[in-house]
Parts: sequence; structure tokens; C-alpha cells
Amino acid sequence: MVSLLIRQEAELGRPLNRRSQSMVLKEPLVVFVIIAIAAALVLFVLYPLYSVLKTSLMQSDGTIGLEVYRNLLAKSYNRRPLVNSIRLGVIVAVLGTIIGFIFAYCTTRVDVPLKGFFKAVAMFPMISPPFIMSLATIMLFGNNGLITKHFLGGLVNFKIYGLRGLVIVETLAYFPTAYLVLSGVLQAIDSSIEDAARDLGASWWQVFRTVTLPLAIPGIASALLLIFIESLADFGNPIILSGDYQVLAVQAYLRITGLYDLPGGAGLAVILLVPSLIAFFVQKYWVSKRSYVTVTGKPSGQRISRNEPWVKTAALIVCVVLTAIILLFYGTAFVGSFMTLWGVNYDFTLANYRHVFQVAGEYIKDTLFLATVATPITGLLAMIIAFLVVRKQFFGRQALELVSMLSFAVPGTVVGIGYILAFNQPPILLTGTASIIIILFIFRNMPTGIQSGIAALQQIDPSIEEASCDLGADSGTTFRKITLPLIAPAFFSGLVFSFVRCVTAISAIVFVVSGRWKLITVAVLGSVENSDLAQAAAFCVVIVGMVMAAIGIINLLVYQPWKRGPQEVSKKPAISGGAEPWIGTA
Amino acid sequence: MDRYSVELIDVTKIFGHREAASDSIVAVNGVSLRLIQGELLTLLGPSGCGKTTTLRMVGGFETPTYGRILLDGKVINDVPPHRRDTAMVFQSYALFPHLTVFENVAYGLRMRKMDACTISAKTRHALSLVGLEGMEERPPGSLSGGQQQRVALARALVVEPKVLLLDEPLSNLDARLRAQMRIEIRKIQQALNMTSMYVTHDQEEAMSLSDRIAVMNHGRIEQIGTPQDVYARPANRFVADFMGSKTTFLDGTVMSLDGDQVNVQVLDAVLPFEKVPDIAPGDKVELVVRSETVDIVPPGKGTFPARIIHAAYFGSHVLYEVDLFGTNVTAEIPDPQERNMFSRGSEVGINLKTRSIYLLRKVMN
Ligand SMILES: Nc1ncnc2c1ncn2[C@@H]1O[C@H](COP(=O)(O)OP(=O)(O)OP(=O)(O)O)[C@@H](O)[C@H]1O
Ligand SMILES: [Mg+2]
Repeated sequence: MVSLLIRQEAELGRPLNRRSQSMVLKEPLVVFVIIAIAAALVLFVLYPLYSVLKTSLMQSDGTIGLEVYRNLLAKSYNRRPLVNSIRLGVIVAVLGTIIGFIFAYCTTRVDVPLKGFFKAVAMFPMISPPFIMSLATIMLFGNNGLITKHFLGGLVNFKIYGLRGLVIVETLAYFPTAYLVLSGVLQAIDSSIEDAARDLGASWWQVFRTVTLPLAIPGIASALLLIFIESLADFGNPIILSGDYQVLAVQAYLRITGLYDLPGGAGLAVILLVPSLIAFFVQKYWVSKRSYVTVTGKPSGQRISRNEPWVKTAALIVCVVLTAIILLFYGTAFVGSFMTLWGVNYDFTLANYRHVFQVAGEYIKDTLFLATVATPITGLLAMIIAFLVVRKQFFGRQALELVSMLSFAVPGTVVGIGYILAFNQPPILLTGTASIIIILFIFRNMPTGIQSGIAALQQIDPSIEEASCDLGADSGTTFRKITLPLIAPAFFSGLVFSFVRCVTAISAIVFVVSGRWKLITVAVLGSVENSDLAQAAAFCVVIVGMVMAAIGIINLLVYQPWKRGPQEVSKKPAISGGAEPWIGTA
Repeated sequence: MDRYSVELIDVTKIFGHREAASDSIVAVNGVSLRLIQGELLTLLGPSGCGKTTTLRMVGGFETPTYGRILLDGKVINDVPPHRRDTAMVFQSYALFPHLTVFENVAYGLRMRKMDACTISAKTRHALSLVGLEGMEERPPGSLSGGQQQRVALARALVVEPKVLLLDEPLSNLDARLRAQMRIEIRKIQQALNMTSMYVTHDQEEAMSLSDRIAVMNHGRIEQIGTPQDVYARPANRFVADFMGSKTTFLDGTVMSLDGDQVNVQVLDAVLPFEKVPDIAPGDKVELVVRSETVDIVPPGKGTFPARIIHAAYFGSHVLYEVDLFGTNVTAEIPDPQERNMFSRGSEVGINLKTRSIYLLRKVMN
């Protein structure tokens, strides 16, 4: 969702783009593609949401009404999941934003050593399955935890199950969102503005308080809202760690899979959806419009303005502590995957991996198959939609853009419930098939690709495409030969993102998996439910391995290090630390 | 002993690792400068020659790798920018986008903890100085480029710094406004008698507002002197070339010295020039032939025959490009209405205004 911000800046260049918006009616292919995509979006994005809403309005006597909501909201006891979710979201948003801001400030404004390493570690939580943090937390602070039981001898009870544990875990999992947003924002602030304040007599703290912070306020608000949305949607961590602290995403899931109460689950889903959508629209239509357009003409080269020893030292300590904590969690999960029984028997064993590859091998196979099918479709579709939205003028263009972006804000739990409600009977009976999983993957993961595609396209002068048309190529050929190569970096980063999400996401997918098609994230959940943390950790390590391999392969395809030549210059790695739009709800 | 307002002694700035010569950039190389109270010194030079870096070291944003910087006789190498009595006008203006014009200008005063009354009075005075009365409550984003530039100037002036630093303050303005603003800046600077360092790569700007100009190249100062010095008596070919708009270099040989006069063989003629130091018969020299030192006369007259290659009419003058024994020479002829214009291809004669032509000893290499 970082790209939402980037978008706003790119919008300044819009007038240039207008001119190329051709009359689509003269191009039957374009018309056909638009109609097909619109139909698909209605069917696979809007219709499931409509199904959730409809189901939640079904009363026990078969009529339509608000009975479900009355039951869910009447008593304060029943309102608890809503209150809990929002409280958790607010705390995590505030803490995550503070940490993200400090980290962004340290890596953009201060000349700290090992910057690349710190940035890379901060990205870990974005490419790993959501529950890896929870596993590590239990391994460290649980009843049999390494720190609680072995270092502190069980004297202190951390009460890690519940709000406290969730706050720790989600803050670590989602601060990278704030980091990405805010490092983009801080980099966009012309550092000579801060120099000017220094020059006029402001101390470091005064510059920070009177210039840097006020200019970053819109970014901070965005970060708060985005993390709030992510926390609300989080399913993987609370299902493991919430204990008595009931949150909406988990309660909706339990109501449907445990109690078979479809209207109740749907009602909770709608209640979960409302604050997410509010936060989303506030972010999109209010906060992001508030950013200060840079006043000045010729931008000065970015100079890192802080290199006094004490600032450098302080920043270094912050970065080291933060990365050490992250590495401690990941390291714990990694080490734990080689233990016989965490908390009881710390003997080294490969049994967990044997299980993962032998017994659960088909989970890996299925996951790889489904992700490999879904990823290219997602990437291509995203680029086509981005192209249509930026370069073509047609009725409903903005609606198409909005709907395609909606999945950002819709928690996975809501989507999952929507899919089982919408596609479990004729005319569209998809439950239990590979198609429903692939379709879910595509429509869940596409928006990120669309956004980075839009951002990339807006930087490309449309006259390049016009030249192609001028020389006799039609829309389709131009897209294939000219546009696609130019937006290749966005395309590849969309691919990486989509693949990562396929193999790590759980919240939506948990509803549509079946006996026939098995997904590895669901296997982790199974291991956790059997209290086999070590095995769950082994699964997580394998997932992270798959993600790394995928990133490596795609980067290799983009870089093509075996081909040396001038074209190398223009190629960028599919992932570069910066403001990649790497954020979405789990 | 003289106390200088600003003094740079052998200042060097190296970016990157000091030891690893490969990836380090010597941005400023052994620069020494002295400014007296009230003087405006311009750092002039091509892009990347280290002007901004020099200025930023005086402002405190970069620390010199070697050398010392003195303000009013005190070494300030280690004083952070907010404790230095300097104020900078940034190339990008660097206005605070979230503050009004008034608050932008008042910022430095607030940092100095002045009382509200003084702040208001000083701010209004500074704004009136730059002609921005009535704009106090506007956000800077809504101002034109020229107005933003004035806000930036007022913001620096209002704190009454010992040294005013200006980094290409006019480079974002269009030509007409630039000419107008540089006169205004000079007037204000003189009225306040404020020691100033001014960075530009526009030689016309440098000439028209400086007391002295330091011409820089590759991090070094090539020449420092009044505008007349650097224009009429350039220290070397780089300065000569950089200062004129169209300069041609003609080779010559010193034939004889004759009091204040040197006779130099140029092409097929021997012409008298004003004497320059350290020159002896037999020396090879270069004539700094600026376009205004070439006169074009009807064919058959003049010292040399030549042919017009190109003519461009500017209203106030005509620029001719002529072929002089295979060398292209540019000639600027004023007031074309008064004379006949020559057309392309026509044969003409050429006179050199030898009094205005400076001689450089030719450097052999
Ligand atoms: N922070 C920095 N790190 C590394 N190199 C730098 C840095 N700042 C400047 N340089 C280099 O130092 C040299 C001088 O830069 P400087 O900005 O002083 O040039 P300038 O004369 O102001 O040029 P311009 O007219 O383009 O503004 C350039 O080669 C530049 O690339
Ligand atoms: Mg500069």
C-alpha cells in the first residue's frame, strides 16, 4: 500500500498522460479485455463480499434482518472481540509506527554503517509466514519457553498468550510497513530544508520537532492506518497466541469452522470489515491528499545530514537492538526446528524435516504447483489492469481501479468466508477445486502488482507508446513490445510479491483448502494445533527457504548475470530495499 | 593585524574514504580565501567544481578534511551550523512548506528566543526589504518562483548573520527576473554592509554583483580578483575561456619589447600589445581574442583578410563568425543599424583592438 503514497506524487505528472488516452471504442480488443476484467472483478471481488453481507442478514426464521448483528453487538460480552481487535490494532499501530519511524530516520537521515544489512533484516517479517513470530515467542516466553523456564527458572509468568504476546508479535511483524512508508516520506523531504533550519539556529532536536516531524505527519498518519488495517486482518498470529483474548478474525473463523454458524461468522466478518474500510478510505482519500508538495524548483542532491559521532552511535544502537530482536526471533524458530521437543528435550534432530519432506511432502508440492500457476497470471493481469487504468479512457475506469484495490483493505478472513459462501453451490461450484485456490490467490495478490504497475507507467512518457502506434502497431502489440518491457521491474516485483503471498498467506486460504489440495501454511497451523512447535518451525523454515529461492530465481531472471551487455544498465533487481509496495493484509 | 570576516586557509574536502583514493572525490582542493567586512565574493566555476561544497563548509554542513575556516578570526571548523553566525540562501530555497511566509522568516528569530514584539517587527521589516509586504500569511507553495526566492533571502537576512551565504539563489528564475533580482540582492547587501559569499556558474551574474570573483575549477581556485581583473587580465587559459562568452585564442610569438608595449607576430602581421609581466622576445603567447575586440571592415581594409561564415542579428549587435586563415573567430559588432551588415560568404577585412587583447604565455605540454 506504500504505492498509494507514491501514486499521489506521480499524479502531478498526470496531465501529460491524459493526451494518450485513446478512444477505446475503436479498439475491439481493448473493449473485450475491459469487459472481461470488469466481469471477473465483479464475480471474484464484489460478489463474495455481497455474499457475506447477504448471509449476515439472514435471520433464523428465514427472513432478512439485523438479528445477527443484534446478537453480536447487544451484550458487552459479545462485543468483546470487536473491542479487543480495535484495541490491539491501535496499540500495534502506535508502537509499530514509532519503531518504524525511528528505524526509517536512522537509515535515511543518519550515516550508519551496515545500512543495507539493517534494511534487509527489517524486511524479513514481510516475506515470512505470519505465525513465525508467534512460534518464536512461544518458544522464548511460553510456559516451556527458553527464557521463561530456563533462564528465569519459571519464576516470572510472562502471560504471553493474550494481548501482551500479540502486541509484541504484531509490532515486530508490521513495523516494516511503517518503515517502508516513512523512509519513503523522509527521503522525499528535501534535506536542504532541514539544513536551512539548522543554519537559522535550530538544534538537532528543534529541527526534528519543528521541521522533520511536521512534514512527516501525513506519512505517519498513513503508517498508523495501514498497520491498524494489517493488525485487524491478522489471523495467523492470534490463532496461535491470542489465548483468552478474542479477536474478530479468529472468532469469525471459529464460528464457521467450529460452530457451523454461517450467518454469525458472516456477521463478524462484516463487523471486521467496517473499521478496515474506514481506515482504508481515510488513508486513500484524506491523509494521502494532505502531503506537502515540495515547494522548490531545482532539488538539491540528497545529502545525509547527520554524521556527528553521538547521533551515529545512537542510531547504530537502535538499529542493532532492533535487528538483534528480529534475528533472535527468527533464530529461535530456526534452531527450534532442529529440536526434538522444544522446552523439554533440546536434542538435535532432523526428524522434523524428515516429517516435512516425507509425510507432508505433498503439501509442499501442492503449494508450489498452485503458487506457480497463480503467480504469472497475477502478474500479467495486474500489468494489464494498470495499463488500462493509466493509459485508456473508458466508462467506469475509476470504479475498476477502486475495486481492484479493495482487496488491500478487506481482511483475508472476510474474503475467505466470502469465497466459501459464494462458490459452494451451482451455478458456480468451485469448493474443493484447485481453481478456487488459484482464483483466490490471483485476486488477493493482484492489487499490489496493479499499484506498482500504475506507479511505473505514470513515469513513462506516453509518447513512447504513441510512437509505436504511429509506426503501425496496435494496442496489444504496443503493450507487449513496448509497455511491458518498460514496466518489467514493476512486473517482476509484482511476481515476487505474489509468490511470497501464495506461500505465506493463511487467513483467506484456510477457508477454501480441501482434502484434495493441501497448502503448507495450513500444515503449520495443524502442527501448532498438535502443540508440535518444532515441527511448525521446520515448516516455517521450509517456507522461508521457498520464498528466498523464488526471490533468487526471479532476480536472476531480471539480472541475467550470464548475459553481459549494455542492456544490463537499465535492469533493476526485482526487489530493492526502497519503497516497493510490499504491504498488504495477511 | 587585519581581522578578516571570513578566512579559509588551505581548505580541502575529500568525500569518501581518505585512504582509498579510488572511490574518493576531492571536491575542494587547497582553497584559501579572505573576505573583509562588507565584501561580496563570488565563487564562479563550471558545474561540479566544488563551489557548493566550499560554501557548505563555511555554513557548517560539511567539515573540511584539511585546513581551517575562520569567522571573525576564530576557527570554526568544529562549530555546528546552528551555532555559527552564518545564514544561507539555498539553491532550492528550502522553504518550510508547512509554515507561512511570516513563520518561515521568523523561524531563525524564534530559534534565538526573541520576544514576540521584536520578532514581529524584525520579520515585517525583512519582508518589506524584499518587497513582500502583505504576503505574510500565504503558504510558500502558493508563491511564484521570484517571491519564494525573496522569502528565502528575507529569512536569511532577518537573523543579521555575520556572513550571508548564497548558493545559486537565482538559478530557478527566468532570465529577466534573474537580472532584476541580482540588482536587488546587491543593493540590499550593500545597504546592510553584509559580508557575503555568492555561488554561481553564470559569469555575467558574477561580474555584475561582485566585489571580487574567485574562479574555481576542479576544486581549486584558478584566479581571484575584481571582475575587471578576471575578465581583462585572466591568469590562464581556463579563466580566459570561462569568462568571455565567445573567446578565440590566436597563437603569437613575441618579437620585441618596447617600453610598455610588446610587439607580437600574429599570423602574417606584427601588432603592438600592452605589456604583460614575465615575457621575453621569442616567447610563444596566446592572444585572448574576445568577440568585442574584433572589428570587421570592408574588404581590402583592415589587418587581415577574412570571410564571413555566419551572421546572426541580435538587434543591439550582430555576431559574425569569420574564417581567419582557417581559424573561426567570433566578432561582435555593436549597433548594426548604423553600419552595413555583411552577408554570409562575403570577403571582409579584420582589425584587432589590440589594447583590449590580453596576452597569455603559452604553456607547453
Ligand atoms: N556528499 C557528497 N558525497 C560525495 N561526493 C560529493 C558530495 N557532495 C558533493 N560531491 C562531489 O563533489 C564535487 C563538487 O560538488 P559541488 O556540489 O561542490 O559542485 P558545484 O560546484 O556546486 O556544482 P554545481 O554548479 O553543479 O552546483 C562533485 O564532483 C560532487 O559530485
Ligand atoms: Mg552547487
